[in-house]
Amino acid sequence: MRADLAIVAKQIEHGSRVLDLGCGRGELLEWLTRHRSVNGYGLDIDPDNINACISAGVNVLEQDLNLGLGNFPDDSFDTVVMTETIQAVADPLFQLREMLRIAKTCVVSFPNFANWRCRLYIATRGNMPIAKHLPNRWFDTPNIHLCSFKDFEELCKEQNITIAERFVVDSKNQPRPLMNKFPNFFGVTAFYRLARA
Amino acid sequence: MNPSGLVTTETFHWAENFNLRSGNTLPGFELIYETYGVLNPTASNAILVCHALSGNHHAAGRYTEDDSKPGWWDAAIGPGKPIDTDQFFVVSLNNLGGCHGSTGPLTINPQTNKAYGPDFPPVTVSDWVQSQALLADHLGITRFAAIIGGSLGGMQALQWSIDFPTRVQHAVLIAAAPKLSAQNIAFNEIARHAITSDPGYADGHYVEEDNNPDKGLGIARMIGHVTYLSASGMGLKFGREIKSGDIGTARDVQFQVESYLQYQGQNFAKTFDANTYIRMTHALDYFDPAQDHEGSLTKALKKATAKFLVISFSSDWRFSPQRSQEIVDALVEAKHDVVSTCIESEHGHDSFLMPLPRYFEVLRGYLNRVAST
Repeated sequence: MRADLAIVAKQIEHGSRVLDLGCGRGELLEWLTRHRSVNGYGLDIDPDNINACISAGVNVLEQDLNLGLGNFPDDSFDTVVMTETIQAVADPLFQLREMLRIAKTCVVSFPNFANWRCRLYIATRGNMPIAKHLPNRWFDTPNIHLCSFKDFEELCKEQNITIAERFVVDSKNQPRPLMNKFPNFFGVTAFYRLARA
Repeated sequence: MNPSGLVTTETFHWAENFNLRSGNTLPGFELIYETYGVLNPTASNAILVCHALSGNHHAAGRYTEDDSKPGWWDAAIGPGKPIDTDQFFVVSLNNLGGCHGSTGPLTINPQTNKAYGPDFPPVTVSDWVQSQALLADHLGITRFAAIIGGSLGGMQALQWSIDFPTRVQHAVLIAAAPKLSAQNIAFNEIARHAITSDPGYADGHYVEEDNNPDKGLGIARMIGHVTYLSASGMGLKFGREIKSGDIGTARDVQFQVESYLQYQGQNFAKTFDANTYIRMTHALDYFDPAQDHEGSLTKALKKATAKFLVISFSSDWRFSPQRSQEIVDALVEAKHDVVSTCIESEHGHDSFLMPLPRYFEVLRGYLNRVAST
């Protein structure tokens, strides 16, 4: 399994109910269903991703996150997961609130826009950064709500969202000592486990 | 289906009393059906295809080499097609109450020696499922690998998963709904009213009077057709194109869309029985599997063990994507395995009969998975 998804998988309890928002090709859910006996569902809107999920036997539901999650009742899942997607949704705060309404625990991961490479890119070139994990130019990027770890944590504090755990990794999804010391400078991706206050 | 794609029909006779949900009893019945592909030795590769309102048992293939038209879902069923008869044994029947060979209003009532006509008892989706299960027993099929249906056919697949939880591995519900809306029922009532108010209907005894409510049945079909297409689809297909006359002089003008509807109506009246149409639309109206479970579809689905594929079409307003979503939400709440997609299409409710590339990709992908697990 992809290293980033393995990090998420560790947060999921055996036999729990999992909703994966922007599930892509369904790798996480396929693994969790097979190895953790979860009752999992993934949401996606990309036809190729949906076909891949079907071939993998993953419960994929074609549903646009930006149109809301009102069809999922309160507390209807144990964990809601959103990997590398929150920066691409129309209303990230709305999504966070919805996720924490549907489940008590949420796992969110996203790229750090304040990583030193991004900072250096802007400082030296004066252009929006283009990197391996941010490959698109400003006008055609799906990542319309990029933020730093600091930005995200400030929002959680304002909104009374509890950060139960944070796990910061480099571009190879590996934790490094420096990242624990200066996560917002060296970290590339962070995985947050969130809970209601 | 033989290698050249030719098919034959068969008839299943049930000689015992058959109790209907309405409390009526039929003294036995016949179901006309076709099969395509080969049933494997363990009978684990059977697929049941359920037909919609005006469908019948002839879903695929041709009867003779020079048959002008194949079965109604020939695009989807056959060797190498999404419902692949190289892998599956496909069963397609004409439902009870039908007019294409199964026991229905045109059948002679043994008690009166006259056609049942309007006295044929009401049939429900549950009754169909019960009779289909008897056909499955007859064919040696204890469990279907998949039960597939579009529209009213999807409702039968849903009912199967509830009534015979251990006999359905996968239920494929296409352009279906958990129950009809008031608007749906209203359209059906207009259609029925068109039929019954035609003098040729003769209170349903038109066969004895050697008559037929051609006009009424034609109008019923025209209404149906409008609801099966989308506004934009109709616009694309017909626009304001004129078939004859001159709009400038406002005389004897006939638009293409008028001509199309008239043709469809007239053609339908020649091939479909009015009493069957009334019975089938009632079966649609009465369908509500949640009713026996405190109005909760989730509760109705509790005992189901099938996995589900739910497909809807963006421009379908007869059974809109929202209606499929209701089924999906209940399935998720009941913790069942489900895949759902909404296919972009201009063709309205009729989309479920069209060979749309993405639709067929989903169907093929899902059934490949069914075949391999």
